[in-house]
Amino acid sequence: MYAALWRILPGPIWLRIVILVVLLAVVLTVLVMWIFPWLNGFINVSDVTVKA
Amino acid sequence: MTTQPPRRHEARQPPVRGRISVIGIIGEILITAGVLVFLFLGWQLWLNDLVVGADQNKQGVALSHSWSAATPVHQAPTPEVSTPTVITPKDYGVPVVAKAPSNARKFAVMYVPRFGADYARSVSEGVGTTDVLDKNGIGHYPGTQMPGEVGNFAVAAHRTTHGAPFKQLATLQVGDKIYLQTADGYYTYDFRGLEYVRPTGVGVLDAVPQSPRVAATDRVMTMTSCNPMLSAAERIIAYAVFESWQPTSAGPPTAIAASVNASQ
Repeated sequence: MYAALWRILPGPIWLRIVILVVLLAVVLTVLVMWIFPWLNGFINVSDVTVKA
Repeated sequence: MTTQPPRRHEARQPPVRGRISVIGIIGEILITAGVLVFLFLGWQLWLNDLVVGADQNKQGVALSHSWSAATPVHQAPTPEVSTPTVITPKDYGVPVVAKAPSNARKFAVMYVPRFGADYARSVSEGVGTTDVLDKNGIGHYPGTQMPGEVGNFAVAAHRTTHGAPFKQLATLQVGDKIYLQTADGYYTYDFRGLEYVRPTGVGVLDAVPQSPRVAATDRVMTMTSCNPMLSAAERIIAYAVFESWQPTSAGPPTAIAASVNASQ
């Protein structure tokens, strides 16, 4: 999977690394900005109120 | 001579093709999933707490500013730094009690020096998970009393995740001050002790905590959160008793004056 990604990327090694870093940044941004907050609504680890 | 390039091509192919296997791909997917879970945990328990916590603090400061800006402080401050005597707080009589606002409406700012000198979190009406606790921070149990009122001012907040306003609840020590600022003034509560109850232990919300049939004569505060951390198995309860109050025009209590004034 990742080996295939590495082969698909164009250019010399340094350019591939740059592209990978940019891709990683995009993935992390999407996760932190949208995916994680959405997921957080389903995973509530702490219920803090008392109720009968 | 011409057969050499194809032979080299053949020699290079097998190891490349050998790396692509179903098991290999499944393995990579599983490793990726594992990394994503750890990333999510790091985000939920650390990064998001920092971001949301700072945002909640900013909102608390803004709310405080809106009140102190509306009411100028009349008292000319004459600080006597040279004489470190015990300052007896001026008695401003029976504290003003506000009416409980509508659900999710912010009506107070809580200052707890033990939680940090710049700690200022808003208190909203209601303890709904999505509309108050996850978003605004501290929520006031509807039906319990308001700050300064005879009876029990009961609040709840997260101890982990969503800004975690009560992260350090268990670090409170007897005598620690908890300040509440409202549109009317400043209410000082004095921390008394912790209690651990089951999630159904609603007795902590009684006007006299754990005494449902006793008529209230004192002003107390109850803070509830989850216990142990990251679990919903039990509840940690912090009790505080009312100490004093002063109107907005008298200015903030000395201990929180710096953080209140910093917002102006």
